[in-house]
Amino acid sequence: MKDAQSDAILEVRNLVKHFHLGGGFLGNAPAVIRAVDDVSFTISRGETLGLVGESGCGKTTTGRCVLQLERATSGQVIFEGRDLTSLSDAELRKVRRRMQVIFQDPYSSLNPRMTVGQIIAEPLAVHGIVPQRSARAERVRKLLRQTELLPTMANRYPHELSGGQRQRVGIARALAMEPSLIICDEPVSALDVSIQAQIINLLEELQAELGLTYLFVAHDLSVVRHISDRVAVMYLGKIVEITDRKSLYEDPQHPYTRALLAAVPIPDPEIEARREHIVLGGEVPSPLKPPTGCVFHPRCPIAIDECRKEVPELRLVKPGHRAACIRA
Amino acid sequence: MSVLLDVRDLHTHFTTAAGVVRAVDGVSWDVRAGETLALVGESGCGKSVSALSVMRLVAAPAGRIVGGEILFKGRDLLTLSEEEMRRIRGREIGMIFQEPMTSLNPVLSVGRQLTETVEIHLGMTPAQSRARAVELLSLVGVSDAERRLSQYPHQFSGGMRQRMMIAMALSCSPPLILADEPTTALDVTIQAQILELMKDLSRRLGAAMLIITHNLGVVARYADRVNVMYAGRIVERGTAREIYANPRHPYTRGLLRSVPRLDEPRRAKLRPIPGQPPDLTRLPTGCSFAPRCPYVVERCRIEAPLLASVEADHLASCWLANDLDRIPEPAASTSG
Repeated sequence: MKDAQSDAILEVRNLVKHFHLGGGFLGNAPAVIRAVDDVSFTISRGETLGLVGESGCGKTTTGRCVLQLERATSGQVIFEGRDLTSLSDAELRKVRRRMQVIFQDPYSSLNPRMTVGQIIAEPLAVHGIVPQRSARAERVRKLLRQTELLPTMANRYPHELSGGQRQRVGIARALAMEPSLIICDEPVSALDVSIQAQIINLLEELQAELGLTYLFVAHDLSVVRHISDRVAVMYLGKIVEITDRKSLYEDPQHPYTRALLAAVPIPDPEIEARREHIVLGGEVPSPLKPPTGCVFHPRCPIAIDECRKEVPELRLVKPGHRAACIRA
Repeated sequence: MSVLLDVRDLHTHFTTAAGVVRAVDGVSWDVRAGETLALVGESGCGKSVSALSVMRLVAAPAGRIVGGEILFKGRDLLTLSEEEMRRIRGREIGMIFQEPMTSLNPVLSVGRQLTETVEIHLGMTPAQSRARAVELLSLVGVSDAERRLSQYPHQFSGGMRQRMMIAMALSCSPPLILADEPTTALDVTIQAQILELMKDLSRRLGAAMLIITHNLGVVARYADRVNVMYAGRIVERGTAREIYANPRHPYTRGLLRSVPRLDEPRRAKLRPIPGQPPDLTRLPTGCSFAPRCPYVVERCRIEAPLLASVEADHLASCWLANDLDRIPEPAASTSG
């Protein structure tokens, strides 16, 4: 079911991640959360794939499975030709240098007891990549420059920095290992609007300069549209639509994608007054008891009887455009 | 439209280890009956503290209102006793907070929290208040309301808890509702539901709404008039249409330009506002926005501009407000 992708740096195949909750006591079946439920996608070198969805859709867990911060229940994560799910811890440690992460919260992802310089240099020291201190200091200076921080920042502590500055430190740290792939997990959502734009621009500049590939996990559709080449929309553990950015935003095929786009208010009162507001009823169902058939059918404005019975395949509805909807 | 709430030259300060923070630094604004007014700005601009000041919920002793008047239906709330203020909160001014889980009492049932308000303020009997609670929950779209009354907040999803907060805020049919980032913690599709609900209810009940938010899209969709805040002051005020179509303060312009929009062709680069948000304990002399302003001139660093009229019903506090269009766009820096 893969589209032909030349130079795929990451290939996720049939990824499944279940979380088992307690239960199984007195004959009750243990509860299972299907956080990621058969997800497949590829990312080409130098590309940005946006992964969007609302809370509980599985996008963050997918990112964590790619990073091997969670071990998948089943499926494969093939990075630069090697299946990470089959590697030993030692082999994984080596491969992981080339895959880094930028977290959402610039406040909790930096060690408050280390200086900025120590935080950025830590991966270099730990992995033995740059053993000499002086060389490390030079590398830190270079990384600070690349993330547009002053060299004097190296001696500061995280609590002395603003949110945007801390996020730059997080980016510098991720770059220290010279990765080829960076998983960005909501990298700007905790930042003020005016700072978000700075960080997004920085990420784009670095991508162009260093040939980076991004998996960009976020819930903000406007941000994702700006930075991504292709976008996958997730709902309750599944990808419901995946295509290039232009097609997704201009010609969405899945009813959930359409509702999601309609729900985003546009900063323009004239346009807003004229827009159709599709308000989706109901709540996201509990992942402990996902609906039968298409997981979206209880809230879907165009659901028909078949939708309750069959899980729709993520199929090609237009060239390069897949949607999991029998009515697309 | 008559003025319901008239805030005049409000000053609210916080004493911190780093110095005095002038969180609200001389702001004046009003809310008219039935309208939806937005207070927009980023973190630290003073919008939330403004709302807390109106409700006299500013955390003492570090925080205190040091000057100004807050006239609600002609009475200055700052002169009321705490007893009198308690009769205003909930009954006359409803409040919806950002984080419903921390604003709701976790050990009281949903029903109890709803009935408590109407029993105290409206003197209803338990039977009457229970009926009212069911009515309110249904009004805000909570299905199976009768059964829900005996549940606890943690058994509700985020969207449901926010509905509950709205029900509580509306329970005494107050003429004014303050909503502080009411949907920021919610998913986009739930946000749309909640905002539509709030707009619909406020219209039906004839309530005025003050929405505090950093989300420019939400403001565009729901607000009639807008106040843009920066470093504790109002920098621009006008109708939503006017402000978006013709922003006259460089900060407002900067904000509108830096936000990626779904409807515009994708720009190659966003145009962020350079620099960092201000340190409120060390504001510069002159205009607080000067350090980040692409249009800055000498005068800006010496004298803080006043909020002055640029068009009918449109004010901005910028020495160059009338000239922004004639000044060639300064070379934008793309990052901080």
